[in-house]
Amino acid sequence: MNDSTSPQEDIDPRQSAWSPPVSRMKVSDIPEGAMNLNVDGRQPVSPLQGFGQMWQKTFKVRLSGVEMTPAEVMKVWKDNFPKFQPPENRFYPTMSGLKPGEVVLIDAKVPPLPGTPSILPVSTGVLVMYADDTTITVMTPEGHPESGWNTFSTYEEDGVVIAQCQSLCRPNDPLYEFFNRFMGSSAQQDKIWIHVLVSLAEHFGVKEQVATTKVLVDPSVQWGQAKNIWNNAAIRTVFYLLAAPVRWLKK
Amino acid sequence: MAEEKVQMTARKFNNNTSIIDIQGEINAFAENVLMDAYTQATSQGAKNIVLNFSELSYMNSSGIGLLVTLLIRANRQKQSLVAFGLSDHYKQIFELTRLNESIKIYSSEADAIAAAG
Repeated sequence: MNDSTSPQEDIDPRQSAWSPPVSRMKVSDIPEGAMNLNVDGRQPVSPLQGFGQMWQKTFKVRLSGVEMTPAEVMKVWKDNFPKFQPPENRFYPTMSGLKPGEVVLIDAKVPPLPGTPSILPVSTGVLVMYADDTTITVMTPEGHPESGWNTFSTYEEDGVVIAQCQSLCRPNDPLYEFFNRFMGSSAQQDKIWIHVLVSLAEHFGVKEQVATTKVLVDPSVQWGQAKNIWNNAAIRTVFYLLAAPVRWLKK
Repeated sequence: MAEEKVQMTARKFNNNTSIIDIQGEINAFAENVLMDAYTQATSQGAKNIVLNFSELSYMNSSGIGLLVTLLIRANRQKQSLVAFGLSDHYKQIFELTRLNESIKIYSSEADAIAAAG
């Protein structure tokens, strides 16, 4: 090979599927009902910046009998993205929709202890890092429970359209790692993606089991990232809500 | 299932360094090809692995995910991973995804090899 200093010159039109460079997330258009905390001004993070063990989890469902292309299924998925989420996990895309560079705000409730109701609020969001006809990848900000990417995709396998959610993430800080390992947060997150795929399948009248694969990509934790706890969205959301009376009195 | 549209070969540069030449498209279906090339480089005894993106035609978000898993695998084997030949667009993608903080990017093969040691 050569010492090329001027690589590929032809621009692939698919490059527009990528978000423009984003050093800090900017929320410009707040959808009605969204809390909008812990996102504006935060840096997007990859699986490399988190604290805990890195997992790749893949959830997929076969849409047997659906006579649509993967791109057509993805269009339905994108158009109904918030609707397919469980009720305790509210997604608020901006008016522009799920487009590269857009921010999706999330107001979720998580159970404080395994087996208890989802009552602990977490306000956060994600950046749409990549979106084409069959794939959407979102990237989390600092403070989000996970540091990394979630990819939603559709493709064909043996003549059947497959819908898939795949996460490549580490828990962002030591508290999230503790909850993941010992308090059931990991299983709770799994339930969310299974719910999304079951809802999507039911939208097409399909009843199929969701297949799950989990790979521990990196079993070690990154102690250098323990400081991420400063931005913990769950802690900050609780403090924000506890301080509501003070803010009201100051008005 | 879609087929991979990529070819990768591991070239031994010296006893410590191998170069993986990438030609084509890196997406989810490139996993086996990438890991085979990595295994080949490792079996050549490489402590430094240089990724050559000069002939990359396209990479999607799943492709970036594959690079993360490759990086973790290399780190666990105490191997360094560097890259060269990225277009301006993919340099921006490395910045967006913050992969550039862990995989250093060089403008030429000579620079990448010199930095890899």
